[in-house]
Amino acid sequence: MNGADRWADLNKLLTRPGKITGPGFEPDPALLDFLQNDARVLCVGAGGLGCELLKDLALQGFGNIDVIDMDTIDVSNLNRQFLFRMKDVGKSKAEVAAERIMQRVEGVTVTPHFCRIEEKPMEFYEQFHILVLGLDSLEARRFMNQVACSFLEYDDEGNPDMSTIKPMVDGGTEGLKGHARVILPGVTPCFECTLWLFPPQTKFPLCTLAETPRSPAHCIEYAHLIQWQQERAGDEFDTDNEEHMRWVYEKALKRAEHFGIQGVTWQLTGGVVKNIIPAIASTNAIIAAACALETLKLITMCSTGINNYMMYVGADGVYTHTVAYERDPACTVCSSSVPFEVASTDALQQVIDALVADKTLGANLSAPSISHGAENLYMRGVLEEATHENLSKPIGELVEAGGVIQVNDKKLVSTMRVKLKYSDLASMQQ
Amino acid sequence: MKASAKKYDRQLRIWGAHGQTALETARVCVLGSACTATETLKNLVLGGIASFTVVDDAKVHASDLGNNFLLDSSALGKNRAAAVTDFLLELNENVAGSYVEESPAHLLASNPRFFADFQLILATQMTEGAQVDLDQICRELQKPLICIRSYGLVGYLRASLREHTVIESKPENTLEDLRLHKPWPKLKEYAASIDLQSIDDITHKHVPYGILLLKAVELWQNEHGSTLPATANDKAAFRAMLKSWQRLVDGVPVEAENFGEAISNAHKLFCPPSISPELNQILEDERTNLTPDSTEFWVLAAALKQFFTENNGQLPVEGSIPDMTSTTDMYLQLQRLYRDQADADITTVETHVQALLKSIGRNPASIPRTSVAAFVKNARNLRVVRYRTLKEELQLDTVRSDALRQALAAEDTQANASLYLLLRAVDRFHSTYNRFPGTFDGELEEDVALLKATVASVSADSGVGTAAVSDDLIEEIVRFGASELHVVAAIMGGIAAQETIKFITRQFVPVGGTLIYNAMASTTSVLRV
Repeated sequence: MNGADRWADLNKLLTRPGKITGPGFEPDPALLDFLQNDARVLCVGAGGLGCELLKDLALQGFGNIDVIDMDTIDVSNLNRQFLFRMKDVGKSKAEVAAERIMQRVEGVTVTPHFCRIEEKPMEFYEQFHILVLGLDSLEARRFMNQVACSFLEYDDEGNPDMSTIKPMVDGGTEGLKGHARVILPGVTPCFECTLWLFPPQTKFPLCTLAETPRSPAHCIEYAHLIQWQQERAGDEFDTDNEEHMRWVYEKALKRAEHFGIQGVTWQLTGGVVKNIIPAIASTNAIIAAACALETLKLITMCSTGINNYMMYVGADGVYTHTVAYERDPACTVCSSSVPFEVASTDALQQVIDALVADKTLGANLSAPSISHGAENLYMRGVLEEATHENLSKPIGELVEAGGVIQVNDKKLVSTMRVKLKYSDLASMQQ
Repeated sequence: MKASAKKYDRQLRIWGAHGQTALETARVCVLGSACTATETLKNLVLGGIASFTVVDDAKVHASDLGNNFLLDSSALGKNRAAAVTDFLLELNENVAGSYVEESPAHLLASNPRFFADFQLILATQMTEGAQVDLDQICRELQKPLICIRSYGLVGYLRASLREHTVIESKPENTLEDLRLHKPWPKLKEYAASIDLQSIDDITHKHVPYGILLLKAVELWQNEHGSTLPATANDKAAFRAMLKSWQRLVDGVPVEAENFGEAISNAHKLFCPPSISPELNQILEDERTNLTPDSTEFWVLAAALKQFFTENNGQLPVEGSIPDMTSTTDMYLQLQRLYRDQADADITTVETHVQALLKSIGRNPASIPRTSVAAFVKNARNLRVVRYRTLKEELQLDTVRSDALRQALAAEDTQANASLYLLLRAVDRFHSTYNRFPGTFDGELEEDVALLKATVASVSADSGVGTAAVSDDLIEEIVRFGASELHVVAAIMGGIAAQETIKFITRQFVPVGGTLIYNAMASTTSVLRV
């Protein structure tokens, strides 16, 4: 069954020489063996994109797939998450998806992980050749981005060590739009480099909600954010609780009637309160398949890859645009180091305080430990006592101008590399 | 709440209950049962079409188990259409499905009336000749046809229908025409009734920007004649005037949000949205000269045209306004004024519709007000898509060789236009040698040479004889050997399902030409040949 006959179509790509291929492509029947037996791929998410990704990866010959998802199946998933049936509602997405794929695609092993991505240690993520993301939240993407970038190491010249690159493929959809992108940490931009691609959510000012509501959404948010606290204090609001949602809907409707505002509906209430992103099967199919194909290309080099972001818009005809975004050289997550200016006479404690207070760098710092090369400058925990005396020393005595310190923190997934510039020695550095 | 409302919640937010109803009454026929067909059907079944029928006489082979998710090894050797139908039906209990064990080519020769039972026909993995025959049948039956193919790392999609009209095109960015440059009397009166001098500070900070702009333009025109600010200096002066109206606290102007919005939205006044080229074409279309057989869309378009002409190139007021910093009362009052005017405009168009229907001997009440209202509300974004027959695209005397030549020359479409020619060449190759190029490992080099000659003859027959198709692409096509890769099928199936839904719901705009998907470069091109 797993013979050449079954994979005849895929094998044409893997065993025949081509001119339009990735760097170093060598046609070889062993590529299929590698996919079947040795390649390890992690699918992050078993939702709309995840279900498609699992199917696509399995039918591209990947024999060992892991899938991680903390969610359980909801009725509203069934219009696109085709691995799930009505009888599965309430069960783990990862577990049901894994079972269905193994039932249908003989010979594939799908290992489910029914937990949060934050619960897994770094060693878990390290074992995979590639990470494929089918997520719907920015927070989860940023976390996985930090995971992928945490394995990246730079040499002394600041060039990425290619053997430490953990490739990541990411897809996202909204209605008839979507994107697929390839992230090679250190080579192509990571999520943090292009955070601007994700527009901020619209939030209504509280005074508008309270004093000058004008739209149905204003009435819904008033009921959700203000009235709930006033009238049901102590009762934690839960978007999955139908009684809670109905309460908000009815309060919103009353408020709207009071002001003469039209358009509060049950559907809109759900949309506003849960910030629901509309989703359909076809867009998920397109984006997931584009991601799965890029995954195959990265593993086998059987064809050229995306450089590095493709957007898809399906509302007016079919429009795609592929664009090579650029890395942010000062990215706090993937760059070889982030420049940071202090005075050489500042004590290490002052430098730490300045880092925590910094608007960008400090966002993920609470109680950082600092090292420089192999030397611990200040460590929390058991090494605190041994390194405590450094806190009062001038930083210029501990780190040379332009030197890179490693900053570690509970709030950081990976080490932050900071290149120190001394403002008082600026002229000397030039 | 209906169980299906929950199940379909995420898509109801896209195409609404009326779109869903259209889907739930649609019967779709799919020719072919390989993975390109099943990946399309999977998406349509999940979305909740009424029923599907799969036509194919092929048996399930081992290779199907390497690319088709809607099969398993228990189906080996059985009819593939039957096997995939069983698995597809598992996906949605609300959808009916059936199969016909017959070769698509045979069916269209023996029983063209078969297709009359369906809303839409999808042809998968068919070669050129069969597509042309099917197109003729579907044209006669006035059924939309969508042809798709997955060929190695290349995809193809082409829809065909005489005409598809869209009222709800749902563009991503809508232009609002707030009519600030030409307010109707009641709107003007309302703006004049608000006295910025006498209102209290709180109200002053909550006058909606629409009103502020109306008051500003009135003052401007009193001082400068009836023109709008035109030059950069004018516009700066206009904005400065608005800014100066803000109240002072301790001698310092307070930055009020409503004034900020007025300044940043002043462009809506300076350059009111123009009529799109698509709408312009619709208003000028000869079909606005009605006949007794005119469709509802064209009757409505003719009525809209009459309104447009009578109002010096103004479209009806749309009736909705964006959110503006405002008190509840002032905002609702403004909203009411726009709604009332929109209602009045709908009534005017409705009167035209009734007169027009009468003039062509039809029941004047046959188009309900709700239809008129929907049409008028979307007037700015109406779309008509017309398709040439496949035959016209393929014949030397009718092919748009200029468009093809341009696509072959332009950097961003060169590769994909070449792939278009190559897909045609593989079919010609197939009809000559009875196999696709690259079918056998031992004949790759030979097939490259043969395909090169074939694509040259296809180019000549398309009027682009001198066009050079790169050797690299020719070799890739031979390398693909007509393979049907699951992911390419999934992408083409996704696009085909999306296009099917556009035709059935009459929402959004379908692809208007021949779509080529290039999975090597992750690009798409739409060729209008």
